Amino acid sequence: MDLRDTPEEVAFRTEVRGWLEANIPTELTGPRSGEEAYARAWHDWSRKLSDAGYAGLTWPKEYGGSGAPYSHQAILLEELARAEAPQHMGVIGLGMAGPTIIAHGTDAQKTRYLQKIMTAEEIWCQGFSEPDAGSDLAAARTSARLEGDHFVVDGQKLWSSFAHIADWCILVTRSDPESTKHAGMTYLLVDMHAPGVEVRPLRQITGEAEFNEIFFTAVRVPVENVVGEIGQGWAVAMTTLLHERATLGFALTASLEVNLRKLITLARERTEGDPILRDRIAREWIELQALRLTNYRALTQLIKTGMPGPEGSVSKLQWSEANQRLTKLALEVLGPEAQLWNGDGAGYWQYQQLRSRGNTIEAGTSEILRNIIAERVLGLPRSR
Amino acid sequence: MDFSFTEEQEQLRREARTLLADRYPPERVAELADSAEGWDPASWGELAGLGWIGVSVPEEAGGAGLGFLEEAVLFEELGRALYPGPYFSTVALALPELPAELQRDVVEGKTRWSASLDGSLVPDLAIVDRVLVARDGKLVAVPAEGEALETMDSTRRLGRIAHGAEGEEVGDASAFERMRVRAFAALALEAVGIAQRALELTVEHAKTREQFGKPIGIYQAVSHRLSDSYAMTELARSLSYWAAWCVAEQDDEARVAAAAAKSYASDVAVTVCEYAIQVHGGTGFTWEHPLHRYYKRAQWIQSYGGYPAVQRAEIAAAILG
Ligand SMILES: Cc1cc2nc3c(=O)[nH]c(=O)nc-3n(C[C@H](O)[C@H](O)[C@H](O)COP(=O)(O)OP(=O)(O)OC[C@H]3O[C@@H](n4cnc5c(N)ncnc54)[C@H](O)[C@@H]3O)c2cc1C
Repeated sequence: MDLRDTPEEVAFRTEVRGWLEANIPTELTGPRSGEEAYARAWHDWSRKLSDAGYAGLTWPKEYGGSGAPYSHQAILLEELARAEAPQHMGVIGLGMAGPTIIAHGTDAQKTRYLQKIMTAEEIWCQGFSEPDAGSDLAAARTSARLEGDHFVVDGQKLWSSFAHIADWCILVTRSDPESTKHAGMTYLLVDMHAPGVEVRPLRQITGEAEFNEIFFTAVRVPVENVVGEIGQGWAVAMTTLLHERATLGFALTASLEVNLRKLITLARERTEGDPILRDRIAREWIELQALRLTNYRALTQLIKTGMPGPEGSVSKLQWSEANQRLTKLALEVLGPEAQLWNGDGAGYWQYQQLRSRGNTIEAGTSEILRNIIAERVLGLPRSR
Repeated sequence: MDFSFTEEQEQLRREARTLLADRYPPERVAELADSAEGWDPASWGELAGLGWIGVSVPEEAGGAGLGFLEEAVLFEELGRALYPGPYFSTVALALPELPAELQRDVVEGKTRWSASLDGSLVPDLAIVDRVLVARDGKLVAVPAEGEALETMDSTRRLGRIAHGAEGEEVGDASAFERMRVRAFAALALEAVGIAQRALELTVEHAKTREQFGKPIGIYQAVSHRLSDSYAMTELARSLSYWAAWCVAEQDDEARVAAAAAKSYASDVAVTVCEYAIQVHGGTGFTWEHPLHRYYKRAQWIQSYGGYPAVQRAEIAAAILG
């Protein structure tokens, strides 16, 4: 056991820190807004991260990645959090589409898609959930009918984040109309600019529209866009979800750390001696350390055995609730003015608090995660 | 960065777990807990023989010359087994602060020690020989004389030290700060062992106990509490191992790490035991079932050196000023 950076890790951390000092954008530090200037600045920042080799850090070199070890990814995320730097724009591409293509894609697919994910030239969205298939993804009905060398896709997806700005979609379809449940599903890469794709933004409780409905009407998708085998889409989708939940641990903790830093700054100015608030802030600090350290334990396990350990399964569950508590606490620290959108912090905490309610729903609801821990980690009988 | 135990340390864990499961099955712990002495004095010689007492004592003083990480493994396993005996008092509190000539006797199992942290009640007073107290800025060893007190956790009874006994100066009172950090780290590890064991017992029960024609573990009101118990225990484990590493390395963060680990892990152990009692139903509420002993130890740990809010106040001071 040694919780210090190795000399090689120290070197990488120093490099990242120096790079961030020189490059961190100033336009992106405020609350998120839908303006075009913001989108452009975000795009530029993502491109810079990519040029520096920090997007797709652990991806294979032959496809433009940096081929770095997972420990570097952890360090990068910590340093981004420390500098309160914004994320790369291609969250779904980097976190889900990319890793899935690396795991199950053909060489041609890797060559075609990975580079453009890193540079944010192409933005991705995830088309999994449907009106009648949320937690129960195996109930998905969006159909993909094979006609010669194309699939013809019809159906509706829901809650798809970034679909309104996306160029590509990872889509779970039912290619065998006779099948039910996990069999007969096919995983497709779909061009969001293809004829027959229609996106309708859905306004969220934050007021912004970050997720969308997507309608597919006779959309033609070439067979070379199948990931994995035809009819084996379930296994491929599980890889995506595994990445969504596991490698996300560090990213989530990093974002929590940013919020905790901001909360501490706020609290120093405002909570003089209030023992209850001090106690609650200390609790959140402890919880953050616990999450951070649990990620490190999981990372060590992954590096040593090549398999993620069961402790990784708790990250998202505990993080989402921690983020909800922390952001509510920040509003309390603000006091009655917390009700104002344009008060101190210009809506930052108001947005963060409302957005946090989505954390226990997206990427597997907390109830589904508890089922998974109960059944797969503790070995309790299946509830379904 | 490497956040795992070495193969040797894991080997020590396996050996300790096997041995303790053999020596301290729940019936034996119950028998000892309900006995007048509260422990089996013969066990001390066995621990000394195994080399467990002097794990981190330098070889010149008869120890194994290992470190707090090896001790950490033992604290966790002894907590899991609910070992009734003055290991925590002797090894976590007193031993590292003693001069080498006194350490040798301890390592050989001849003398047992405890301490009065911040002038508080003394763990295991009735079954140790000497106690470290603070007097006029000095660290003073006094005979273990005083009043044995009836304690909720009868596997770790408290006592009130008699005042005015003649003592021997063995160092200065700055020792108590180090002692507190070590104690908190050790207790956090014990708490993890307790939470883990209580969870295992409960998972087993939830798999086998049937009601309404199904194992109760199928009901989410039951299983989700166990998922939460698992999640909390893993977080507590991470904090406790962090604290252990900080103590072993004398890291600058040792004080906050130990405070964070002790406060969080003891709260977790208490909650996990409470869920465990609930899921066991009426059985969980009996004196006969071992759960209450885990519950009481968890609460003992929670209270020691101040309930968790006291440690959180210390952390708040560190992060908020
Ligand atoms: C901010 C946000 C972003 C999202 N982004 C995307 C995206 O990009 N792409 C995408 O495909 N999807 C996305 N989603 C959708 C998300 O994955 C689903 O909302 C989620 O899987 C739940 O499905 P549902 O909404 O249909 O709720 P339901 O599945 O109907 O669940 C409703 C409630 O019932 C509970 N429940 C359901 N089944 C069980 C069970 N077996 N045991 C116990 N409780 C159960 C759930 O936990 C929940 O509380 C996003 C959601 C949010 C909030």
